[in-house]
Amino acid sequence: MNGIHDLGGKHGVGELDVETNEPIFHGEWEKQVFGIFFGLAPHGFFNLDEFRHAIERMGAAKYLNTSYYDHWLTSFETLLVEKGVITAEELATRCAEVAKEMN
Amino acid sequence: MGSAHNRPLSDPEIRVKALESLLVEKGLIDPKIIDVLVDTYENKVGPHNGAQVVARAWSDPQYKKRLLDDGTAAIAELGFTGMQGEDMVVVENTRDVHNMLVCTLCSCYPWPTLGLPPVWYKAAPYRARAVSDPRGVLKEFGVNLPNDKEVRVWDSTAELRYMVLPERPAGTESMTEAELAELVTRDSMIGVALVQSPA
Repeated sequence: MNGIHDLGGKHGVGELDVETNEPIFHGEWEKQVFGIFFGLAPHGFFNLDEFRHAIERMGAAKYLNTSYYDHWLTSFETLLVEKGVITAEELATRCAEVAKEMN
Repeated sequence: MGSAHNRPLSDPEIRVKALESLLVEKGLIDPKIIDVLVDTYENKVGPHNGAQVVARAWSDPQYKKRLLDDGTAAIAELGFTGMQGEDMVVVENTRDVHNMLVCTLCSCYPWPTLGLPPVWYKAAPYRARAVSDPRGVLKEFGVNLPNDKEVRVWDSTAELRYMVLPERPAGTESMTEAELAELVTRDSMIGVALVQSPA
Protein backbone atom coordinates (compact mmCIF):
# COMPACT_ATOMS: atom_id res chain seq x y z
CA MET A 1 0.00 0.00 0.00
CA ASN A 2 1.51 3.31 -1.15
CA GLY A 3 0.11 5.45 1.64
CA ILE A 4 1.33 8.28 3.81
CA HIS A 5 2.83 5.81 6.30
CA ASP A 6 5.54 5.05 3.70
CA LEU A 7 7.62 7.99 4.90
CA GLY A 8 11.15 7.09 3.81
CA GLY A 9 12.69 10.03 1.93
CA LYS A 10 9.59 12.26 2.08
CA HIS A 11 10.24 15.99 2.23
CA GLY A 12 8.32 18.58 4.20
CA VAL A 13 7.22 16.51 7.18
CA GLY A 14 8.82 18.74 9.80
CA GLU A 15 11.90 18.94 11.97
CA LEU A 16 13.31 16.35 14.35
CA ASP A 17 12.01 16.99 17.83
CA VAL A 18 14.00 15.09 20.45
CA GLU A 19 12.77 15.23 24.03
CA THR A 20 15.47 14.80 26.66
CA ASN A 21 14.71 12.40 29.52
CA GLU A 22 11.57 11.37 27.74
CA PRO A 23 9.09 9.36 29.84
CA ILE A 24 7.94 5.98 28.49
CA PHE A 25 4.34 7.19 28.38
CA HIS A 26 3.06 10.74 28.10
CA GLY A 27 0.02 10.64 30.30
CA GLU A 28 -2.37 7.98 31.56
CA TRP A 29 -4.27 7.74 28.29
CA GLU A 30 -1.18 6.42 26.46
CA LYS A 31 -0.82 3.67 29.07
CA GLN A 32 -4.50 2.81 28.65
CA VAL A 33 -4.12 2.52 24.87
CA PHE A 34 -0.96 0.40 25.20
CA GLY A 35 -2.69 -1.83 27.73
CA ILE A 36 -5.83 -2.33 25.65
CA PHE A 37 -3.65 -3.79 22.90
CA PHE A 38 -2.55 -6.59 25.23
CA GLY A 39 -6.00 -6.92 26.73
CA LEU A 40 -7.47 -7.55 23.30
CA ALA A 41 -4.67 -9.74 21.92
CA PRO A 42 -5.84 -13.08 23.42
CA HIS A 43 -9.30 -12.70 21.83
CA GLY A 44 -7.89 -12.83 18.31
CA PHE A 45 -10.33 -10.26 16.93
CA PHE A 46 -7.53 -9.05 14.65
CA ASN A 47 -3.90 -9.88 13.98
CA LEU A 48 -0.88 -7.55 13.93
CA ASP A 49 -1.02 -7.08 10.17
CA GLU A 50 -4.65 -6.01 10.34
CA PHE A 51 -3.76 -3.70 13.21
CA ARG A 52 -1.04 -1.97 11.16
CA HIS A 53 -3.20 -1.91 8.05
CA ALA A 54 -5.96 -0.11 9.92
CA ILE A 55 -3.38 2.57 10.83
CA GLU A 56 -2.21 2.78 7.23
CA ARG A 57 -5.73 3.50 6.00
CA MET A 58 -6.36 6.35 8.44
CA GLY A 59 -5.90 8.95 5.73
CA ALA A 60 -2.88 11.18 5.20
CA ALA A 61 -4.03 14.32 7.00
CA LYS A 62 -5.18 12.48 10.10
CA TYR A 63 -2.09 10.23 10.11
CA LEU A 64 0.31 13.18 10.15
CA ASN A 65 -1.66 15.21 12.65
CA THR A 66 -2.14 12.61 15.35
CA SER A 67 0.30 10.92 17.69
CA TYR A 68 1.50 7.33 17.78
CA TYR A 69 -0.90 6.10 20.45
CA ASP A 70 -3.76 7.93 18.78
CA HIS A 71 -2.92 5.79 15.72
CA TRP A 72 -3.26 2.68 17.88
CA LEU A 73 -6.54 3.88 19.34
CA THR A 74 -7.91 4.67 15.88
CA SER A 75 -6.93 1.19 14.75
CA PHE A 76 -8.78 -0.44 17.69
CA GLU A 77 -11.90 1.63 16.97
CA THR A 78 -11.84 0.79 13.27
CA LEU A 79 -11.24 -2.93 13.70
CA LEU A 80 -13.55 -3.55 16.66
CA VAL A 81 -16.40 -1.94 14.76
CA GLU A 82 -15.57 -3.74 11.51
CA LYS A 83 -15.38 -7.09 13.32
CA GLY A 84 -18.68 -6.48 15.06
CA VAL A 85 -17.25 -6.49 18.60
CA ILE A 86 -18.74 -3.05 19.27
CA THR A 87 -20.90 -0.76 17.17
CA ALA A 88 -19.98 2.70 16.01
CA GLU A 89 -23.14 3.98 17.68
CA GLU A 90 -22.36 2.62 21.13
CA LEU A 91 -18.84 4.01 20.90
CA ALA A 92 -20.08 7.45 19.87
CA THR A 93 -22.68 7.42 22.63
CA ARG A 94 -20.11 6.41 25.24
CA CYS A 95 -17.67 9.10 24.05
CA ALA A 96 -20.41 11.71 24.42
CA GLU A 97 -21.20 10.44 27.93
CA VAL A 98 -17.54 10.51 28.98
CA ALA A 99 -17.08 14.00 27.56
CA LYS A 100 -20.17 15.25 29.38
CA GLU A 101 -19.23 13.62 32.67
CA MET A 102 -15.55 14.61 32.68
CA ASN A 103 -15.64 18.04 31.09
CA MET B 1 -10.07 11.07 38.74
CA GLY B 2 -13.48 12.80 38.78
CA SER B 3 -13.07 16.23 40.31
CA ALA B 4 -9.29 15.82 40.56
CA HIS B 5 -8.73 16.91 37.00
CA ASN B 6 -8.71 20.58 36.23
CA ARG B 7 -8.62 20.70 32.46
CA PRO B 8 -10.92 19.41 29.75
CA LEU B 9 -10.02 15.94 28.48
CA SER B 10 -8.36 15.76 25.07
CA ASP B 11 -9.98 13.91 22.20
CA PRO B 12 -7.92 10.72 22.60
CA GLU B 13 -8.38 10.82 26.39
CA ILE B 14 -12.15 10.78 25.91
CA ARG B 15 -12.00 8.07 23.25
CA VAL B 16 -9.78 5.71 25.24
CA LYS B 17 -11.92 6.09 28.36
CA ALA B 18 -15.02 5.33 26.33
CA LEU B 19 -13.49 2.35 24.57
CA GLU B 20 -11.97 0.91 27.74
CA SER B 21 -15.26 1.19 29.63
CA LEU B 22 -17.15 -0.58 26.82
CA LEU B 23 -14.59 -3.39 26.68
CA VAL B 24 -14.60 -3.85 30.46
CA GLU B 25 -18.41 -3.89 30.48
CA LYS B 26 -18.41 -6.63 27.83
CA GLY B 27 -15.93 -8.61 29.90
CA LEU B 28 -13.30 -8.46 27.16
CA ILE B 29 -10.45 -6.83 29.06
CA ASP B 30 -9.32 -6.96 32.66
CA PRO B 31 -7.77 -3.68 33.85
CA LYS B 32 -5.66 -5.53 36.46
CA ILE B 33 -3.89 -7.64 33.85
CA ILE B 34 -3.40 -4.54 31.74
CA ASP B 35 -1.77 -2.72 34.66
CA VAL B 36 0.79 -5.51 35.02
CA LEU B 37 1.71 -5.32 31.34
CA VAL B 38 2.00 -1.54 31.37
CA ASP B 39 4.23 -1.76 34.45
CA THR B 40 6.45 -4.34 32.71
CA TYR B 41 7.13 -2.08 29.74
CA GLU B 42 7.32 1.10 31.79
CA ASN B 43 9.63 -0.16 34.52
CA LYS B 44 11.24 -3.50 33.68
CA VAL B 45 11.99 -3.84 29.96
CA GLY B 46 14.31 -1.17 28.60
CA PRO B 47 17.68 -0.27 27.11
CA HIS B 48 19.46 -1.58 30.21
CA ASN B 49 18.75 -5.01 28.67
CA GLY B 50 20.44 -4.14 25.39
CA ALA B 51 23.32 -2.58 27.30
CA GLN B 52 24.01 -5.96 28.93
CA VAL B 53 24.13 -7.58 25.50
CA VAL B 54 26.60 -4.97 24.26
CA ALA B 55 28.79 -5.24 27.37
CA ARG B 56 28.87 -9.03 27.05
CA ALA B 57 29.87 -8.76 23.38
CA TRP B 58 32.67 -6.33 24.24
CA SER B 59 33.94 -8.63 27.00
CA ASP B 60 33.59 -12.05 25.40
CA PRO B 61 34.75 -12.52 21.77
CA GLN B 62 32.98 -15.87 21.50
CA TYR B 63 29.70 -14.28 22.57
CA LYS B 64 30.23 -11.45 20.12
CA LYS B 65 30.69 -13.93 17.30
CA ARG B 66 27.47 -15.72 18.25
CA LEU B 67 25.66 -12.38 18.53
CA LEU B 68 26.64 -11.31 15.02
CA ASP B 69 25.95 -14.79 13.59
CA ASP B 70 22.52 -15.28 15.19
CA GLY B 71 21.35 -12.25 17.14
CA THR B 72 18.07 -13.78 18.28
CA ALA B 73 19.72 -16.82 19.88
CA ALA B 74 22.61 -14.91 21.47
CA ILE B 75 20.26 -12.30 22.94
CA ALA B 76 18.05 -15.09 24.26
CA GLU B 77 21.09 -16.46 26.14
CA LEU B 78 20.75 -13.40 28.39
CA GLY B 79 17.02 -13.99 28.76
CA PHE B 80 15.75 -11.23 26.50
CA THR B 81 13.04 -12.72 24.30
CA GLY B 82 9.48 -12.05 23.32
CA MET B 83 7.25 -9.79 21.35
CA GLN B 84 8.95 -7.52 18.81
CA GLY B 85 12.23 -9.34 19.26
CA GLU B 86 11.45 -12.65 17.58
CA ASP B 87 13.95 -12.13 14.76
CA MET B 88 16.95 -9.99 15.70
CA VAL B 89 19.93 -8.93 13.62
CA VAL B 90 22.80 -7.15 15.35
CA VAL B 91 24.92 -4.84 13.20
CA GLU B 92 28.42 -3.91 14.34
CA ASN B 93 29.91 -0.44 14.28
CA THR B 94 33.59 -0.47 13.35
CA ARG B 95 36.34 1.97 12.50
CA ASP B 96 35.05 2.03 8.92
CA VAL B 97 31.28 1.54 9.25
CA HIS B 98 28.56 3.26 11.26
CA ASN B 99 25.10 1.70 11.45
CA MET B 100 21.81 3.34 12.35
CA LEU B 101 18.23 2.07 12.58
CA VAL B 102 14.90 3.37 11.40
CA CYS B 103 11.45 2.05 10.60
CA THR B 104 10.26 4.10 7.65
CA LEU B 105 6.85 2.41 7.45
CA CYS B 106 5.87 2.26 11.07
CA SER B 107 7.77 2.18 14.35
CA CYS B 108 9.29 -1.30 14.43
CA TYR B 109 11.85 -1.50 17.22
CA PRO B 110 13.45 -4.28 19.28
CA TRP B 111 11.32 -4.17 22.44
CA PRO B 112 13.04 -6.93 24.51
CA THR B 113 16.45 -5.24 24.28
CA LEU B 114 15.59 -1.53 23.96
CA GLY B 115 12.11 -1.23 25.46
CA LEU B 116 9.50 0.98 23.82
CA PRO B 117 10.73 3.49 21.24
CA PRO B 118 11.02 7.23 21.91
CA VAL B 119 8.57 9.59 20.21
CA TRP B 120 11.14 10.96 17.74
CA TYR B 121 11.81 7.44 16.43
CA LYS B 122 8.10 6.98 15.69
CA ALA B 123 7.54 10.47 14.27
CA ALA B 124 7.54 11.45 10.60
CA PRO B 125 10.71 13.64 10.44
CA TYR B 126 13.12 10.91 11.59
CA ARG B 127 11.46 8.21 9.48
CA ALA B 128 11.57 10.44 6.40
CA ARG B 129 15.11 11.76 6.75
CA ALA B 130 17.03 8.83 8.24
CA VAL B 131 17.16 7.22 4.80
CA SER B 132 17.63 10.34 2.64
CA ASP B 133 19.99 12.36 4.85
CA PRO B 134 21.46 10.08 7.51
CA ARG B 135 24.59 12.18 8.03
CA GLY B 136 22.46 15.30 8.50
CA VAL B 137 20.28 13.50 11.04
CA LEU B 138 23.36 12.21 12.86
CA LYS B 139 24.75 15.77 13.04
CA GLU B 140 21.55 16.92 14.70
CA PHE B 141 22.09 14.20 17.30
CA GLY B 142 25.63 15.53 17.78
CA VAL B 143 27.38 12.75 15.87
CA ASN B 144 29.86 14.07 13.31
CA LEU B 145 31.36 11.22 11.33
CA PRO B 146 34.39 11.51 9.07
CA ASN B 147 33.43 11.60 5.39
CA ASP B 148 35.25 8.36 4.67
CA LYS B 149 33.26 6.43 7.26
CA GLU B 150 30.50 4.46 5.58
CA VAL B 151 26.98 4.93 6.98
CA ARG B 152 24.55 2.03 6.72
CA VAL B 153 20.88 2.63 7.50
CA TRP B 154 18.79 -0.42 8.38
CA ASP B 155 15.04 -0.22 7.82
CA SER B 156 13.28 -2.47 10.31
CA THR B 157 10.21 -4.47 9.38
CA ALA B 158 7.27 -6.02 11.14
CA GLU B 159 9.17 -9.30 11.37
CA LEU B 160 12.84 -8.35 11.59
CA ARG B 161 14.38 -5.97 14.13
CA TYR B 162 17.90 -4.62 14.24
CA MET B 163 20.14 -3.47 17.06
CA VAL B 164 23.47 -1.67 16.77
CA LEU B 165 26.55 -3.02 18.51
CA PRO B 166 28.39 0.25 19.17
CA GLU B 167 32.17 0.63 19.13
CA ARG B 168 33.80 0.08 22.48
CA PRO B 169 35.27 3.41 23.54
CA ALA B 170 38.94 3.94 24.40
CA GLY B 171 39.93 3.88 28.04
CA THR B 172 37.63 1.01 29.00
CA GLU B 173 40.17 -1.82 28.81
CA SER B 174 40.10 -2.57 32.54
CA MET B 175 36.35 -2.17 33.05
CA THR B 176 34.12 -5.04 34.12
CA GLU B 177 31.11 -6.11 32.10
CA ALA B 178 28.76 -4.42 34.58
CA GLU B 179 30.75 -1.17 34.39
CA LEU B 180 30.73 -1.31 30.60
CA ALA B 181 26.95 -1.79 30.53
CA GLU B 182 26.58 1.48 32.44
CA LEU B 183 28.22 3.35 29.55
CA VAL B 184 25.89 2.03 26.86
CA THR B 185 22.97 4.31 26.00
CA ARG B 186 19.73 3.64 24.16
CA ASP B 187 20.70 6.05 21.40
CA SER B 188 24.03 4.28 20.83
CA MET B 189 22.12 1.04 20.14
CA ILE B 190 19.82 2.86 17.68
CA GLY B 191 22.96 4.29 16.11
CA VAL B 192 22.27 7.99 16.66
CA ALA B 193 24.96 8.32 19.34
CA LEU B 194 28.42 6.95 20.06
CA VAL B 195 29.34 5.40 23.38
CA GLN B 196 31.52 7.92 25.18
CA SER B 197 34.73 7.11 27.01
CA PRO B 198 34.34 7.24 30.79
CA ALA B 199 35.01 10.71 32.21
